[in-house]
Amino acid sequence: MVNDHDDTPDSSIVGTTVEKYGNNPPPAGTAVVVSDRIQNPGFEPYRPRVADLDPAVEKAQERRVSALFFVSIIGSVLAVAVYIAFPIIPGDMESVRLNNLLLGISIALGLLAIGVGTVHWSKSLMDGHDMVEQRHGTRGTDTTRAKAVEVFTLGNKESGFGRRTLIRNTLIGALVVSPIPAIALFRDLAPSEDPVAQLKYTMWAKGVRLTRDPSGTPIKASEVTLGSAFHVIPDGLEQSEHKLEEKAKAAVLVMRLKPADLNVSAGRENWNYEGIIAYSKICTHVGCPVALYEKQTHHLLCPCHQSQFDITREAAVIFGPAKRPLPQLPITVDAEGYLVAQSDFAEPVGPSFWERKL
Amino acid sequence: MATKPARQNRRQRTTGRRHPLATVALIVVGLLATGGTYALFTTSATAETSAAAGATVQDGSKLFAANCATCHGLNLQGSTQGPSLLGVGAASVDFQVGTGRMPLAATGPQAEKKPVQFTKEQVSALAQYVASKAPGPAIASDKYLQGNGNAAEGAELFRINCAMCHNVAGAGGALTEGKYAPPLANIAPNHVYDAMLIGPQSMPVFNDKNITPEQKANIITYLKYLDNTPSVGGFGLGNLGPVSEGLFIWIFGLGAIVAITIWLTARSN
Repeated sequence: MVNDHDDTPDSSIVGTTVEKYGNNPPPAGTAVVVSDRIQNPGFEPYRPRVADLDPAVEKAQERRVSALFFVSIIGSVLAVAVYIAFPIIPGDMESVRLNNLLLGISIALGLLAIGVGTVHWSKSLMDGHDMVEQRHGTRGTDTTRAKAVEVFTLGNKESGFGRRTLIRNTLIGALVVSPIPAIALFRDLAPSEDPVAQLKYTMWAKGVRLTRDPSGTPIKASEVTLGSAFHVIPDGLEQSEHKLEEKAKAAVLVMRLKPADLNVSAGRENWNYEGIIAYSKICTHVGCPVALYEKQTHHLLCPCHQSQFDITREAAVIFGPAKRPLPQLPITVDAEGYLVAQSDFAEPVGPSFWERKL
Repeated sequence: MATKPARQNRRQRTTGRRHPLATVALIVVGLLATGGTYALFTTSATAETSAAAGATVQDGSKLFAANCATCHGLNLQGSTQGPSLLGVGAASVDFQVGTGRMPLAATGPQAEKKPVQFTKEQVSALAQYVASKAPGPAIASDKYLQGNGNAAEGAELFRINCAMCHNVAGAGGALTEGKYAPPLANIAPNHVYDAMLIGPQSMPVFNDKNITPEQKANIITYLKYLDNTPSVGGFGLGNLGPVSEGLFIWIFGLGAIVAITIWLTARSN
């Protein structure tokens, strides 16, 4: 049994090969035959430990192990003492912290010392000789196997599973049908509407006022002074049904630069209002909020993966993993002087998705 | 007999300037001398200038000419070394000089906070002088600096307007090319207010129409709350987020696991 895997190739596959080609190794051709079989080096000779040779050391190790177990007892008792001495006072977070800290330390001491003591015991005092335990074969004995078949046959006979085909077939049918409710239920976890349309459009539309994040108050163009940065949400976000989803798409950063500092490309001439510009705050890499605006360099930094966008060049990517500039929101002012959107973004905001056309 | 004189000789060599502790002693003496001289010079400098009490525009004018005009120009017009200060307002002076960022110690990615070089009266005189030249943001009224506003509303405004750079716990954070948003723990309320109003250096402006004075007072209240409320989550590691925490657990947590594994499998001797 010990040599199962070595010299007796008695499995059926090997058997057929051996039958076919005989016991001779296949011709090696021009290849150099190398015997690369790893030789079992056996055990290193047993090196006695100090504790094996010196009874005084053995005694000292014994004391050390029991000292560790004693430390564990102290830790466990300490845990109870600490729990009573430093109770959690409702409303006082400092007491929670102190209680947790001391309780954790003493319980850790109580458990860790048992483990360290046990390992130290086994390493220094228990028998130190190496040994091998052979694995058992997984195949059962022939009587066990025969008995198992017998049990199955008896079960089949008594239940009539093989004979009463109506019962058997309806049972199989019932099992096949049973997961169908799950399919119906989990199907509704998918977006009910076309996700592509949801990703493509935001709440911004012609005439929607730009308002301050959280208060929702509209912003006058005159209030955005040079060097300012306003965190902006669309008017009516509070009333919308999916507030967070809409905010995640429509969040905008409004800044004011000197109009001379802006390099406006053809077709975007009227997208800013006297140097007031609005860019999507959602990074085109994986959608983190890009809001670290450096007033002097006019760079926007994404805190997640350090993508940098140059606001003076229409949020062109100047560093980092983002591949596309941040979408610009075309803005203007209404009759009362409030900033309003001219339309939705000209392209989908945020990271790429499968159906997005570049 | 032959070894005895040699041993004596060695004993002699370990005394005096060849003694092993001689280097240490030399370094200590050197450090004390440098530090002492520096302390002497700095204290004499403050003693010299603190004579200017009672802030007036005239005092400010003299201080400006002596300390700022080299870079910012005698008429605040600026030069190649420093920007024009026309229209920056008293708040700007209060922040830049009051936190020690000005006068600038060295050019770099950004002006560093350092020990303040002027007394409160002198900062006030400078602020009055700069404000007298051209209108600009004024220093906040004391009623907004008490830190007795609504900390919850301040926290919400802080998360929306400030936290992306300064960290939600006010621990500060990195910007690009060596610039950084400084930590906001234990900053004087007037400097927090000034900074929001003027937008120093890389920071954008948050004028009174964007964040009203009451809202600014709430943000100051929130920062004061952070200062006064200890973290209950244990050691904060600077509240810098996943990088510092990850580094800590990778080095010390995994290090401990590796050490325990080595100990477990090592043979006892």
